[in-house]
Amino acid sequence: MAEITRQARGTPEDAPGAPVVAVRNASKVFELGGGQTMVALKDINLEVQANEFISLTGPSGCGKSTLLRLIADLLEPTSGDLLVNGKPPRQARLDRDYGFVFQAATLYEWRTVAHNVQLPLEVMGYSPARRAQRAREMLRLVELEQFARHYPWQLSGGMQQRVAIARALAFQPALLLMDEPFGALDEFTRERMNMELLKIWDQTGGTVIFVTHSIAEAVFLSNRVVVMSPRPGQITKVIDIDLPRPRNFETREDPRFFTAVTDVRESLREAYGA
Amino acid sequence: MISASAASANTTTPHGRRALERLRFYLPTVLVAALLLVAWEVAVRFLGIREFLLPKPTSIVQALVDQWPILTSKALSTLRSALGGFALGVGLGLLVALITARWVTLRQAMLPFAIAANSVPIVAFSPILFNWFGPSNPFSWMVIVAVIVFFPVMINAVRGLTLVNPRALELMRSYAASDFKVLVALRIPNALPFVFSALRVATVLSMIGAVVADFFGVDRLTIGKYITQESAAFRFANTWAAILLVSLVGIVFYWLIALIERVAMPWHISVRAQDH
Ligand SMILES: Nc1ncnc2c1ncn2[C@@H]1O[C@H](COP(=O)(O)OP(=O)(O)O)[C@@H](O)[C@H]1O
Ligand SMILES: [Mg+2]
Repeated sequence: MAEITRQARGTPEDAPGAPVVAVRNASKVFELGGGQTMVALKDINLEVQANEFISLTGPSGCGKSTLLRLIADLLEPTSGDLLVNGKPPRQARLDRDYGFVFQAATLYEWRTVAHNVQLPLEVMGYSPARRAQRAREMLRLVELEQFARHYPWQLSGGMQQRVAIARALAFQPALLLMDEPFGALDEFTRERMNMELLKIWDQTGGTVIFVTHSIAEAVFLSNRVVVMSPRPGQITKVIDIDLPRPRNFETREDPRFFTAVTDVRESLREAYGA
Repeated sequence: MISASAASANTTTPHGRRALERLRFYLPTVLVAALLLVAWEVAVRFLGIREFLLPKPTSIVQALVDQWPILTSKALSTLRSALGGFALGVGLGLLVALITARWVTLRQAMLPFAIAANSVPIVAFSPILFNWFGPSNPFSWMVIVAVIVFFPVMINAVRGLTLVNPRALELMRSYAASDFKVLVALRIPNALPFVFSALRVATVLSMIGAVVADFFGVDRLTIGKYITQESAAFRFANTWAAILLVSLVGIVFYWLIALIERVAMPWHISVRAQDH
């Protein structure tokens, strides 16, 4: 097994400047029963650069999850091309190039917190000693070391989601795909989780594609916000967020924060076709 | 940071209080049972109900004491059939479940037959099974029990292996996990609660199956034969004593499985709920 360093592996250092994710003219049509179809995504073009934090936002049903699933090879496009680290998504998945975090933490209820974090390492054939060590490191990263032996039901929703993040990062993927990871949390917990996520990202590096329908969350976290519109799912605008990093509680009071939030909100309004 | 005590507070209650709560929980049941037994005793004594219709509780206990050595040796023989058949039926049920859960088309082809076969009163096959394996062969008893136990175990195990959270499966797919890994790390743990509830049912079914097999089999010193003989001789106190003993054995068997369940899946909601 290749040596795994602190710096996330799989970054396309061999091809400098090449995007981590490239989506070209991708469409996804779902077959509904009775000969009916549903165009979930139409002609999507998107490039995500290494070490970018990018958010997909838009009204529910605009195809955010579908786009993320195409990148993760959990779905296949009806037409168009996708490349992840320069490879077809299937190959990227087989190479374990990305970690995925769902809206529901999806912890295995029969496993303790530590063993949940070890799950991907187990699947990928790490030695037990290495697994235990990685799990400890990851739980320290999300500040849940003292809950290692707890079962998921003993944790709050926010803590469960932190375990899910630790699990996704355990094998140090260079790309993190997150589908509304904090969507089920209350506003207060969500803001704290946003801070923690940025802190974690500071330490791990890598590329993050983050789905959210919270405008403030998208602006606070991202370098770029991708605004999508439904029926059919399309990208209507990509907005650069040039807020300084590191971002913290003061960021939310920065006038530039309000400007960016307003930008995204107006783009969304246009997306609705008002 | 959320405090550690919030998550662990519910795991520690003082031992004494817990015992008291337990007592409070079971007290009504015990009282009702005691009341019923006293009413039964009084009714038989003072309403002149004849003993061969309904023996007094005290007569039944007396019979249990008097017949203890005979009863226990016969109950042991029946228990052997139940346990052997249980192991055989559960083993086969799990094996078939694993095979059919893996090959979807095979499952879809077989399940209707399994359900149809399950709706046949399988006890009625006992004479045929004794004919096949020998009327005094202990294996015949076990086969009858196994046939009864097989279906609930198999059907529940298939459900547990296949009714998996789609997100949990996608997670495995995102790790590029092999089918075998998915089976071991996800499907089998997911099936445990289903399998254990089937096993609880199977304990009771295996005792019933064993006693019914006793009725049809020949030449064995079994509790089922004892029940028919004592009934024919109008010694109904002995019959009741035998039934009481078989029931107690069945209850112990059931609790044994429930205990294993608690140890095997401390995380499950059924186990959590019992921790009051
Ligand atoms: N497996 C599927 N089968 C049929 N339709 C689907 C499926 N998945 C998503 N859709 C439809 O595609 C559209 C986009 O869905 P989704 O990507 O989940 O939207 P979002 O995540 O932005 O809310 C929705 O209209 C949804 O109903
Ligand atoms: Mg979604």
